Amino acid sequence: MSAVATEPGQDRSPPAVARRPRKRWTRFVLPTYVAAFILYLCFPIFIIILFSFNQTRGGFGTSPRVKTTWLGFTTEWYGRLFELPDLTASLRHSLTIGLLSALAATILGTLLGLALARHRFRGRGSADFVIFLSISAPEIVLGAALASFFVALGLSRGLSTLFLAHTMFSIAFVTITVRARASGLDPALEAAAMDLGAGPATAFVKVTLPLLFPGIIAGFLLAFALSMDDFVISQFTQGPATMFPTWVFGSTRVGIPPHVFAFATIIFLTGAVLALVLALTQRRRV
Amino acid sequence: MFAMASLSLQEGSSLEGFRMTWRFANFTDAIAANGEFLLRSLRNGAIVTVAALLVAYPVAYWIAFYGGRLKTVFLFVLLLPFFISFVIRTIAWSFILSDDGIVLGTLKSIGLLPDSYHVLGTTLAVVAGITYNLVPFTILPLYVSLEQIDPRLVEAAKDLYASKTQAFFKVVFPLSLPGVFAAVLLTSIPAIGDYVNAAVLGGSAPGTSMIGNVIQAEFLRNRDYPEGAALAFVLMALMVVGAVIYARLLGTERITEG
Repeated sequence: MSAVATEPGQDRSPPAVARRPRKRWTRFVLPTYVAAFILYLCFPIFIIILFSFNQTRGGFGTSPRVKTTWLGFTTEWYGRLFELPDLTASLRHSLTIGLLSALAATILGTLLGLALARHRFRGRGSADFVIFLSISAPEIVLGAALASFFVALGLSRGLSTLFLAHTMFSIAFVTITVRARASGLDPALEAAAMDLGAGPATAFVKVTLPLLFPGIIAGFLLAFALSMDDFVISQFTQGPATMFPTWVFGSTRVGIPPHVFAFATIIFLTGAVLALVLALTQRRRV
Repeated sequence: MFAMASLSLQEGSSLEGFRMTWRFANFTDAIAANGEFLLRSLRNGAIVTVAALLVAYPVAYWIAFYGGRLKTVFLFVLLLPFFISFVIRTIAWSFILSDDGIVLGTLKSIGLLPDSYHVLGTTLAVVAGITYNLVPFTILPLYVSLEQIDPRLVEAAKDLYASKTQAFFKVVFPLSLPGVFAAVLLTSIPAIGDYVNAAVLGGSAPGTSMIGNVIQAEFLRNRDYPEGAALAFVLMALMVVGAVIYARLLGTERITEG
């Protein structure tokens, strides 16, 4: 038996003819795997969209819950989208906080990014470190830290603390995007504008700002998306107010109303279409 | 962060307010009472990181080397799930994996699985959920480092009589190590701190709660802020120490490898 099993010299150089058919089917292994992986990645989304069209049974219309089994097609939930006042309020909170905190973070982050890209100053290293920390620290630690901070200050938690928290964690991301853009800019451009008679303010508004604009927009969109998607930090800082993700999480205990899946489908499609349009227009411009 | 450090040393209750007493015992109490959860989080984090790496590496490899002109399309598809909040995606998994859901329900009706079989409420569900949520963070750094590898290096290795496997393990894999390093950090840190998956997919089943669930409960349910802050601080410290040691180890290893 052992004589057949090991003969190392033989399988090291198998004849070329014998190798070919093996190679042919292994060629399809990786692509198939990647396709399967993408399916796996998108499977929950498919399920969400599918179940947003699912009927429910029982519940007497007032508080329908999504069922885990397929009961039949309906577009009912899209017609009754705004039926639950709590859910609508949480969505409104998410949108408001998202927009406001993204705006605040964009302004502060742009200034910080510019300063970090242009100037060397005391505390630059520690500013770098703080930015790194707030990006790499696990969300739960950030959430706990912010909650502690608000407790220590004696602030009661609500929309205002949500706004502060979301602005805080978005600043770092805006700073990084703007800094990347700003460090690619030639400072001579601003100097040239000033040589041509523009004051520092005019030079900044007319030359630097337009050149930074793509970075600023990217930072704003990133901050908005992060804020809309955030769950952990919101849960720690929200108090009695709720955001969309935290409301949904809270509703898992009693069962999820199908409206949530309908909203999620709409948000997903809007986001995906916007991103696609943005990507396509940008490619055309280049 | 400093507020958290100071709060972790206070004592009292939310009713009478907290006093600063430099109570370091909060830390020992926190660790003593929750060592089980801490260990479970570290174990789950390790499993998730290894699983995500194994799952993600072939995908990143294929897109980087064979993606061709469709590379950006593939990356876009990988980021597609992010347009839905991860809470809702996790809930979707709880639907898929529920006892009478489309996967288990079907398998049970065919008779492939016994009726009593369930996935929700087990560590398997929690680990799988975290892996699903974090695998894009594993792919992206891997892809970036694989994409930078010159395919001619692989050709050269083959010209020098390396087999396909040898070319991969001696050329491609070592060159992608910086990406692996980044991927491990980006995956393991959020994996250890996660509590959403344990809450949604683990349910309230015993043996699935992670350290994040404890911190969340201390802060939001029990209002024991010092205890929660102490735990969060321990978690943060563990991760920083772990990351530094890890960076040292990998750094020297890369030097010795040449």
